Amino acid sequence: MLRHNDDLVCQQIVEIITDYLEGALPRSQRRRFEAHLEGCEHCSEYLEQMRLTINLTGRLRTDDLTPVMREEFAALYRRMSSQGA
Amino acid sequence: MGLIPATAAARRARRSGAAAEDDRELLARLRAGDEQAFVLLVARHNSAMLRLARTFVPSVTVAEEVVQDTWIGVVRGIDRFAGRSSFKTWLLTILVNRARSTGVREQRSVAIGDGAAAVERSRFNSAGAWMSPPQHWIEESDERLFAEELTGAIKSALDELPSRQREVVTLRDVEGLTSHEVCEVLDISEGNQRVLLHRGRSHLRAALEQAVRV
Repeated sequence: MLRHNDDLVCQQIVEIITDYLEGALPRSQRRRFEAHLEGCEHCSEYLEQMRLTINLTGRLRTDDLTPVMREEFAALYRRMSSQGA
Repeated sequence: MGLIPATAAARRARRSGAAAEDDRELLARLRAGDEQAFVLLVARHNSAMLRLARTFVPSVTVAEEVVQDTWIGVVRGIDRFAGRSSFKTWLLTILVNRARSTGVREQRSVAIGDGAAAVERSRFNSAGAWMSPPQHWIEESDERLFAEELTGAIKSALDELPSRQREVVTLRDVEGLTSHEVCEVLDISEGNQRVLLHRGRSHLRAALEQAVRV
């Protein structure tokens, strides 16, 4: 049984949320985290938003090499090869 | 919520698995002196390298020099790659060492709301409960377009992060490295990595919240 003063509050939840997502919380604290979430729609929403943020960040991509850059790197390689890299 | 397909992480994991396999094949060809294999390796990794280099040095030009220098080091040191870590981890570790040895570190500072707190303290009451809770991010009718807009907001927010947070978030969440790999590349502890990741991600979430609100 958890004593009442062991319960996590929302302000603590948002600070240990990364440890939770990373699986880095000790088991007892993980249980307290999940118990809080069960009764708190706001923190559940917050967790959802963190997951969405991570997901969207994973979509960032930059451009491929341009043909000019390709040729420059090919030339770089030829220079290195001729120098006996 | 359905804004983002739940399979994005799985897709990325598959992609990185396939990528590691392709890297091994390209490396074998590079060892045999295949110029085309070199160009293909550059094409695969150059943008990730530039993005990471940019967090260490003050200008795009210097970042490009660091990246080129790294590729020269890769070709010259290819026989030293033992395959204990992935090629990408090895490559980025070389890059970070070269970038750090340029001795100039970019100074960026940015106001991130209420000090280092993930969420401004004023949004909680004295007992630590939400007073101004996060609003549900509504599904837009054109989800794809909406997601594109949010991706733009993330990109700007990522650019504004202090560089150490940006390094960790870029490697973990953009490049898809594991926490272990990030620690290896940046030579930091797991605990330190998590703190930087937490601050960075929290700031990105707050930026998205702003973007959704307007």
